[in-house]
Amino acid sequence: MSENRIVINGNDFSFEPEETILQVASRNHIDIPTLCHLKGAAPTGECRICMVEVEGAQALVAACSGPAENGMVVQTESPKVIESRRMTLQLMLSSGNHNCAVRGSDDKDWTQFQLAVQKEDGSPQLCPVWGDCRLQDLAYRYQVSGERFPKTDTPYPMETVNPFIVRDFSRCILCGRCVQACNDIQVNQAIHFGNRGAATKIIAAGDRPLKDSDCVFCGECVQVCPVGALVEKDAKYKVRPWETKKVRTTCSYCGVGCQLHLHVKEGKVVKVTGAEDIPPNYGSLCVKGRFGFDFVNSPERLTTPLIREEDGEFREASWDEAIDLVAKRLGEIKEKHGGDTFGMLTSARITNEENYIAQKFARAVMKTNNVDHCARL
Amino acid sequence: MTNTIGCIEKADVILVTGSNTTENHPVLSSFVKRAVTFKNARLIVVDPRRIKLTSFAHQWMRQNLGTDVVWINGLMHVIIKEDLYDREFVAKRTDGFDELRKLVEKFTPEHVEEITGIPAQQLIDVARMYAGAKAGSILYCMGITQHTHGTDNVKSLANLAMLCGNLGIEGGGVNPLRGQNNVQGACDVGGLPNVFTAYQPVTNPDAVKKMEEAWGVSGLSDKVGLKVTEMLPKAHDGEFKALYIIGENPLVSDPDLNHAEQCIKNLEFLVVQDIFMTETARLADVVLPSACFAEKEGTFANTERRVQRVRKAVDPPGQAWDDWKITCEIATRMGYAMSYESSEAIHEEIRTVTPSYAGITYPRIEEEGIHWPCPAEDHPGTPVLHTAQFPIGKGKFHAIDYIPPAENTDEEYPMYLTTGRVIYQYHTGTMTRKTEGLNERAPESFVEISPKDAGQYELKDGDWVQVASRRGDITARIRFSDKAVEGTVFIPFHFAEAAANRLTHAALDPVSGIPEYKVCAVKLSKAA
Repeated sequence: MSENRIVINGNDFSFEPEETILQVASRNHIDIPTLCHLKGAAPTGECRICMVEVEGAQALVAACSGPAENGMVVQTESPKVIESRRMTLQLMLSSGNHNCAVRGSDDKDWTQFQLAVQKEDGSPQLCPVWGDCRLQDLAYRYQVSGERFPKTDTPYPMETVNPFIVRDFSRCILCGRCVQACNDIQVNQAIHFGNRGAATKIIAAGDRPLKDSDCVFCGECVQVCPVGALVEKDAKYKVRPWETKKVRTTCSYCGVGCQLHLHVKEGKVVKVTGAEDIPPNYGSLCVKGRFGFDFVNSPERLTTPLIREEDGEFREASWDEAIDLVAKRLGEIKEKHGGDTFGMLTSARITNEENYIAQKFARAVMKTNNVDHCARL
Repeated sequence: MTNTIGCIEKADVILVTGSNTTENHPVLSSFVKRAVTFKNARLIVVDPRRIKLTSFAHQWMRQNLGTDVVWINGLMHVIIKEDLYDREFVAKRTDGFDELRKLVEKFTPEHVEEITGIPAQQLIDVARMYAGAKAGSILYCMGITQHTHGTDNVKSLANLAMLCGNLGIEGGGVNPLRGQNNVQGACDVGGLPNVFTAYQPVTNPDAVKKMEEAWGVSGLSDKVGLKVTEMLPKAHDGEFKALYIIGENPLVSDPDLNHAEQCIKNLEFLVVQDIFMTETARLADVVLPSACFAEKEGTFANTERRVQRVRKAVDPPGQAWDDWKITCEIATRMGYAMSYESSEAIHEEIRTVTPSYAGITYPRIEEEGIHWPCPAEDHPGTPVLHTAQFPIGKGKFHAIDYIPPAENTDEEYPMYLTTGRVIYQYHTGTMTRKTEGLNERAPESFVEISPKDAGQYELKDGDWVQVASRRGDITARIRFSDKAVEGTVFIPFHFAEAAANRLTHAALDPVSGIPEYKVCAVKLSKAA
């Protein structure tokens, strides 16, 4: 019975061989904060936020990569751990444009700081992911601001030259989640860590813009970015999480059937994210599923029934009139020529329920099996 | 798919053919790429074009267009000759092995090389690789089916999988990748001319009787109806009078568009129900505005037979209605009352007449979809098909000989054309071309060509070129690409203004009725 037991915060747990400290803890609802850890990818230990204290160990241990060992005694929120996390967060917050309220909590250099950010950002607003940021969450949790250390500037300008993704290096904390999402999850192999030391940067194709790289704009990197370094271009500053409701549904493009969330603001779809932890896609989407939703709000949508006049032009009609006309004409054709001169092309784009109704109409009303759809085309 | 998408990562050999997976099923392609990169799976790609997936492949066989039956028979020739097949599976689970063995005798690697251009030794290596798998998965798409012998191609792949015992196991399977969100579901619920829901034949008197009782009608037709590719020619001859088209754009997606257009114009009455004024809707007598996926409740069935929920997020624009509501209103006014409170009420009716969906309720798929067949509410669904037996008992080997494509190159039309999609656009572009960013990445049609072929016509990258077939012509820009195979050009079919389907051939597979989009003969000339 003494095999494979670990004590975390005074509680005794069993673990499976090869489980990490983080895995045992999260399985038992003990929250060890992480920034770089990405499900489905090997732990990198890059961010140092998940450090925990292990009895008898010289230094703190990264819970995401540290294997659980028999007899191990772990503290996840000891004073030493908290001190380490505060320091890590302070360093992250002091580097770049983290202009959430956290930065200005004791408002010494807030105005000057905000003006500097505004100049680089081209917007007077606070960080685009304010309220939806893991770094901000942790800054509150550990009550730190970015003012302990002088602000270090980012030497790399924002990249906005592609239609979908804004890369803001000033808000990047180099956690590497995007690199893992691109290489280990989607395996598009478009972005990597480049340069070294203080000059480290996430680069694409020898430090070119995404549009000139192997990037296919799946946006997995945006979805996993824990901060405001990668955001959807169309949603930036326009969509704040508290203004939207999320509706889980199934993508309407190819047959994979990815599960996604439509983010709705004022009756319009404004952003799409993959539904995580659920098959078949486990959070992943492609460029069409994530960014190709403008057709929903398109001004070109049909909004009223149309009937062709004798002069060949369409005119608007009421539902009543349009349906009467269709019922009358189809009835006449059935009567005169028989139901088999009618065909129903139902659709691989509409729901099962609608397909069922369409074939039922052809069979039960028109009395024909001339029912098909675009599977062949 | 006989297996699930998740199963791909459990395969030790994956054979992908006729599928440009990274562009057409990007999320699914990640499962393939992860299996190869991190889980030691071997990848075999069989495709004429140098698609992205070839850079992950251990073997890439580049066959001549339309010769798929030949290389598949060739693989089976080697596997049988070298005694690499699954004797137990063949003995216990299949019929017709002797006929198959006899037929593939002549498909020696040398003979296969003559027809397909695949080097004999490579064919042998690939045969050994696939047959050596504990679990081998075959993924295919329209590159296999869109041929006049597409059904033969699919049956041949099934032969290969059965020969190696790769059906009914985790990580195995014969897996068609569905190109549209609900192709699977449209077929499942009877959107086909030969079957009712759950593939119950319309020619089966019991099935007819069951539907008549369920629907409260008499006189349902027990005659197989027309496929879409058969309806239009009959319209041309005046035999066929009316079409009701929902959410489809045949005037971009059909083969030989010039002919298709004449057929549709010849109809007495055309109703089109859609979300946009498509090329097809412009020819309609009545256009009915419907709600799109984000505006409705319901279910889709994905390529792995998983029935999943669709939920309403926003209101439809103007007066647009749910598609089912429109059809029900028309039926009601024609004297057959169809009235439902909700899509869930329709789904409840589907369950009663569709044995494979009987156990799938909305509450059960609230969080996660279920794979059909799911015959009862306490049934967990069926992720992997054919684990114990095939629906017909034993799996049947089909001995299939090679038939060349319907149209071949000649002096006048010396180049082959093959068509497909690109990652940034979708089908006829009705939806994707409304997103500026997607148009920025893929703004217009193009003619993908190898620089060597282009040289023959003195064409430079970016030049405008006229491409003509026996049926029509289009003008588009030349794009040099190392994806291209010599002697063949590729044109995406998304773009109505340079519609690849003005060129394609309407010759059909005799069984499936699928047109031969993947092979026709064209000529090129520099556009003025």
